[in-house]
Amino acid sequence: MLWIKNGIVVDPKNKIKAEKMDLFVKDGKIVDETKVKKQDCTVIDASGKLVVAGGVDMHAHIAGSKINTGRTMRPEEMRVVRNIAGKFRATVGRVLLTAPAIGYEYAKMGYTTSFEAAQPPIGALHTHEELDAIPMIDKGALPVFGNWHLVFKCIEEKNMEKLKALVAWAIERSKGFGVKVVNPGGVEAWMYGGNVKSLDDQVPGFNVTPREIITWLIKANEELGLPHSVHLHCNNLGVPGNYQTTIESIKLANGFSNAKRQVLHVTHVQFNAYAGSSWRDAGSGAAEIAKVVNSMDNVTIDMGQPIFGHATAMTGDAPFQFSLHKLIGARWSNKDTEVETGAGIVPIGYLPNNPVHALQWAIGLELGLLVDSNKVALTTDYPNGGPFTEYPYVMAMLMSKKMREGELSKVNAYVQKATGLTSIDVEKTLYEVIHMTRSLPAKILGLENKGHLGIGADADIAIYNLNPLETDTSKEFEKVYKMFKSAEYTIKGGEIIVKGGELVKEVYGRTFWVDATKKADIQAVMPDIREYFNYYSVQLGNYGVEERWIKKPARIEVV
Amino acid sequence: MEDVICTFCGSVCDDGEFDLEKKKIKKFCKLGSSKFAEKQRIKAPMIDGKEVSYEEAIDKAVEILVNAKKPLLYGWASTANEAIRFGVLLAEKLGGVYDQCASVCHAPGTLAVIEEGLPGATLGSIKNRADVVIFWGSNPAEAHPRHGLRYSISAKGLLVKDRKQRKVIVVDVRPTKTAKMADVFIQIKPGFDYAIISALRAIISGSADVVPNEVGGVLKERLVELADIMKKAKYGVIFYGLGVTQSRGRDRNIENAIKLIQLLNRTTRWVIWPMRGHYNVVGAGEVPAWEVGYQYAIDFSRGYARFSPAEFSAVEVLKRRDCDAALIIASDPVAHFPMSAVKHLKQIPVIQIDPYPNMTTLLAKIVIPSAVYGIEAEGTAYRMDCIPLRVKKIIDTNYWTDEKILEEILKRVEKLKG
Repeated sequence: MLWIKNGIVVDPKNKIKAEKMDLFVKDGKIVDETKVKKQDCTVIDASGKLVVAGGVDMHAHIAGSKINTGRTMRPEEMRVVRNIAGKFRATVGRVLLTAPAIGYEYAKMGYTTSFEAAQPPIGALHTHEELDAIPMIDKGALPVFGNWHLVFKCIEEKNMEKLKALVAWAIERSKGFGVKVVNPGGVEAWMYGGNVKSLDDQVPGFNVTPREIITWLIKANEELGLPHSVHLHCNNLGVPGNYQTTIESIKLANGFSNAKRQVLHVTHVQFNAYAGSSWRDAGSGAAEIAKVVNSMDNVTIDMGQPIFGHATAMTGDAPFQFSLHKLIGARWSNKDTEVETGAGIVPIGYLPNNPVHALQWAIGLELGLLVDSNKVALTTDYPNGGPFTEYPYVMAMLMSKKMREGELSKVNAYVQKATGLTSIDVEKTLYEVIHMTRSLPAKILGLENKGHLGIGADADIAIYNLNPLETDTSKEFEKVYKMFKSAEYTIKGGEIIVKGGELVKEVYGRTFWVDATKKADIQAVMPDIREYFNYYSVQLGNYGVEERWIKKPARIEVV
Repeated sequence: MEDVICTFCGSVCDDGEFDLEKKKIKKFCKLGSSKFAEKQRIKAPMIDGKEVSYEEAIDKAVEILVNAKKPLLYGWASTANEAIRFGVLLAEKLGGVYDQCASVCHAPGTLAVIEEGLPGATLGSIKNRADVVIFWGSNPAEAHPRHGLRYSISAKGLLVKDRKQRKVIVVDVRPTKTAKMADVFIQIKPGFDYAIISALRAIISGSADVVPNEVGGVLKERLVELADIMKKAKYGVIFYGLGVTQSRGRDRNIENAIKLIQLLNRTTRWVIWPMRGHYNVVGAGEVPAWEVGYQYAIDFSRGYARFSPAEFSAVEVLKRRDCDAALIIASDPVAHFPMSAVKHLKQIPVIQIDPYPNMTTLLAKIVIPSAVYGIEAEGTAYRMDCIPLRVKKIIDTNYWTDEKILEEILKRVEKLKG
């Protein structure tokens, strides 16, 4: 039992704006004062300190064949030593981290939940093995659907019952959490060297379009009532002029609604927010996208903020990865996966002097600043935009124009004419930034007990040595950055795991997965699945992950 | 019992049928069937040839390991990921060296991945899409007998329906059994893989004029023909084997081949993939990659992982006499390593964990027999294309699993080392 005394609590979900109050923790949950015996509590004196929920990263590539191939391909990334073996595991990694390093670094920063954003269903067991190897945090994974032949078949047949059954079946089999869609139709086109360029391009060999794939999956997702919405990586990623495709894709949410959350989450939008016709005249489409997102109440986005320095592009968007390889001449890995999906990996770096990189950096910030704080979550699309360990940098930048001015003076002047960043006066409040890193991503994912400090919430708590009542986040950005880098306390499921920025205890979190099999007639699609498994390279009976193979599974049943 | 998964080669066929009464496996090839047939086993744990209990053997093994300055932990290609993970943690805790069979096998391919990446595909993608299949220095008809039927040569795909719609090419130094099944066989002089790949790159990029009339024993016309087939393929694959990784050029051969693939992808689709040998040699690299950052040749003597194949691969460590104890699991280095390396193994205490006796058993101080994954124990293995499969337990046994043995060793080491 814990008694967190006299902290200054910021808890956006419960509308608490920097109030001095006590919190009580019992059995891994936040409880009412009357539920604990105070004399038995471990007391944490949080006087003058900021108390918030543990951070929630709703989109990062932290586990599975992509990041692991990245590690193998880039030993230069692994040569940064973070921790020597002792009480805790040895950890290494510059931006790409080993599994234990991922858990430790999140925890040190006060983050307690992270979701793997793209999991090929047939590789689910690998993803879960790596998730199980990540200590400290709770996790989950999103299987990909946007290029699967079986999905195309259900849509071609215009059979929603089948599509719902397939989605529920695949999420159950992969012990996944929701519906990820990556460059719908484009990855299938890549299997023969192509891509799709608009929402209405026909997917080669199929009578479906990206527009139909997205809309049908949103409908299936909503009829199943999954906790999370469709999570979309748009078509044309990384192509100048793509902001228009992004806006069109966002508008596909029109006509759908959900009382609890968005019906469409569009991810790492920075990579899909470019104006212009080539990299020579590229500009920002962030303002236009922000206008559309702000005008709708059923769409959310996350930033995909680039951080200057090293990064590794790794996505299910295999044709984009090949274009990037050709563009910059770097190493390239690719994985065409059965008739399900594909993926690619290319090392990159973001240089302040490079006009394109500076542009990307500015666009990410524009999105973070111009979109309502209730609709944009903070991400770097780790490791595509860079390390998650620099979230505090992004937080501080969103809160301080002065900091931005200082940073702007160091980057290529191209951003001054190609983006509107210099003229944005918005300074997000601490309350808003806490929302963008806690309560909002939890709400987007549909995790009711995460991202807040109300009674019944999971006791995932971060305490920072920062008094919000006495800190001017606009001016004291250096302090803000430093304090968010290193939590005074991180509490995970009621246990103190970090103290004074140092690890004190290793714990293993849960893996959330969604069971919606009762919401669909799985038998409706089984004949098709059986037929397709003649063409898989594994038997149907050997496909998927059983709950008992996972270290700490947490099943969320949709009823 | 149906859908039984084979734990012999890297093909990891998962469609076996096991007759529990007759104790016989159906559908598998000769190699797989022999794995599932009854074989001579190590009867009980032994110290210096004397039978002891598991507890005694483990205690003695722990004593050797914690007293060693730098133990070598080697093998891992024929065990499950769960055991490998404990092995990696153990190596880290002990400040030892972790190395696996790839270092004498497919590791040059990993070095090539570091240089150029790995443009690949799963076997299921290849089976459904590939209209041109090249086996380069690999011979599945003998090393991966059902590979052709299930994934490559005569597999029935969704888009490429059967053998008739697929062109099969073999490039090798001798007419192998696979070559007899091919549409085109190109016999090359040993050690000329690099030059031939360079010639193909030149022809495909429009500089055929720089290619001499004959390269590595192959006439230029034949190379032009081959380049033409490659360019016209809708979706092609090169499966390479030890003929490329362990002949002159080694990693540079693969690097060159990957560059050829990069070039081909500018006009059509091609992928490349290694024909990995043991059923879970992929896991023996993937598990340490996520746990400590590297696939093989990992030294922990500084308290964190360092990767350096020329220093920390098992053969190099042994030749340098840079380890003072060895834990050998699921492998037989005495039979396969050079004499100069085996010589040092004879000098130091060796702990062996294996279901079957082999040459290494003869010089091991401690022998700990274990259950066979896929038959007597359940666990995760990665097929050659990194597809994870959970191999099954189909019959009971009194043998401990590798996972349990290593977990027990790790627990005790942690207690002693703190």
